[in-house]
Amino acid sequence: MLLPWLVGALGITIGPLIASLVLSLTNYSILGSTEFVGLDNYAAVFSDPKFFKSMSVTLMYVCLAVPLQLGLALGLALLLEKGIRWLGVYRAGFYLPSLLGASVAIALLWRQIFKTDGLVNAVLSIFGVTGRNWLYDPDTALLTLVLLQVWTFGSPMIIFLAGLKEIPKELIEAATVDGAGYGRRLKSIVLPLLTPMIFFNLILQTVGAFQAFNQAYIVSGGTGGPVDSTLFYTLYVYIVGFIEYRMGYASALAWVLVIFIGILTAVQFIVSRKWVYYGDQ
Amino acid sequence: MIYPLLWMIRLSFLPESEVANAGLWPEGIWTGINYTEGWSTLSVDFTTFFLNSAVVAILALIGNLLACSLSAYVLARLRFRLQPVYFGVVIATLLIPVHVLLIPQYLTFSYIGALNTFIPLVLPKFLATDAFFVFLMIQFVRGIPRELDQAAFMDGAGYFRIYWSIILPLMRPALATTAIFTVIWTWNDFLGPLIYLTRTSLYTVPVALNALLSTDTGFGTGRLLAMSVLSLVPLVIFFFVAQKQILEGISSSGLK
Repeated sequence: MLLPWLVGALGITIGPLIASLVLSLTNYSILGSTEFVGLDNYAAVFSDPKFFKSMSVTLMYVCLAVPLQLGLALGLALLLEKGIRWLGVYRAGFYLPSLLGASVAIALLWRQIFKTDGLVNAVLSIFGVTGRNWLYDPDTALLTLVLLQVWTFGSPMIIFLAGLKEIPKELIEAATVDGAGYGRRLKSIVLPLLTPMIFFNLILQTVGAFQAFNQAYIVSGGTGGPVDSTLFYTLYVYIVGFIEYRMGYASALAWVLVIFIGILTAVQFIVSRKWVYYGDQ
Repeated sequence: MIYPLLWMIRLSFLPESEVANAGLWPEGIWTGINYTEGWSTLSVDFTTFFLNSAVVAILALIGNLLACSLSAYVLARLRFRLQPVYFGVVIATLLIPVHVLLIPQYLTFSYIGALNTFIPLVLPKFLATDAFFVFLMIQFVRGIPRELDQAAFMDGAGYFRIYWSIILPLMRPALATTAIFTVIWTWNDFLGPLIYLTRTSLYTVPVALNALLSTDTGFGTGRLLAMSVLSLVPLVIFFFVAQKQILEGISSSGLK
């Protein structure tokens, strides 16, 4: 009965995992002959300017998008939690973008919004600001993708709302009786008790943002342009592997990403001991 | 927050000549021309693309529900040698980004001649490779009292019977979460179809949209937006129908 899963795990996951590792040690390409090249691919990675470019683009994206997105999610969750009419409607309206955000259709919409004659410039012109073509400017193209990620703040917001519900009412009431205002309660009770949720969302969104692909592909027309300013790491792996067919090198690139995410997650876990509060401590 | 979506809908109903200078909220006429024209701009029309997407989503759904629940039952309940090892593998696969597996999987499917079929998109689901759902379900099965299994076992039910008649019906919340996110993710999936499907008649909707974008030279963006709107309609309907389960699913599992 275990058979389907076993075959799946071996055939679709573990097998390719090993194959990928082996491939990363060769110069495999669909087009040419294959030779074992040892660690040459990995050495090449670290002298590849595009590797550094795509890594810095991705890091910039993650470091901007994730905190903004989580900050907005937390802020709105706190606001909605205070009690509001039409809570269900707001929740649904805020969440809907999360559901659609990764789709090709929304990426196409984003192109339209940030065009020279798009929605953003129309809004800016009301305030007398002259817009530009945000997508063709290497300084701003990545920013549009950051905003797309921020726009999908709904799902972490829902998780925060669920977390806020779990906070015992008695604690809040006790603090209120003792004369603590909203700010004080927020700082000393609500936020500390919410840190596990914040941490959970942080890990989830960081790993997700590292793997973002659709948005960058569509918004840049599959190139990562202008001037590689939206060359996400995953997009670079795709281009090397499936456009240039240098699959050995692409495998090495993919492994570098895995190791990088692994280290980053481990660091986040270690640092979390300093700031995440679990009730039993 | 949903203004961009409303704006998108409005633009998709504008005549092509006015889409370019739409501004904040375009006045002017509403016309369905982008929809009728866009539907058949590519060499194959969107009826086929929507059918393809639906077939892939439904097969993926069936695959994930059956395979993940069966694996979860086996891993959570049955005792056998190496069981902890398998469990460890599930956890490990949780952490592996798809991009590492992409190239070897592509080469494998290419080797068995499965390019330009739905097999690479669907077969993995029947083999329970979405480790996240397996993990979710394992946690759920562990919450079901063992006495139920034992009672059924006393009454002569085999392992499969126990799975099918006891565990599966009790797993409904976990199954619902899995079903919802399988459908959403499969519907939005772009990278998989982009790599595996190169024949136009096999395109799923996202790949078709991309193709429409690439050929977007003469006719502008009106049609592109119209087809984009249509591609989101199933998701939005799905959201309003299953809203309660979706929001519960995210709160409990952190999916999005």
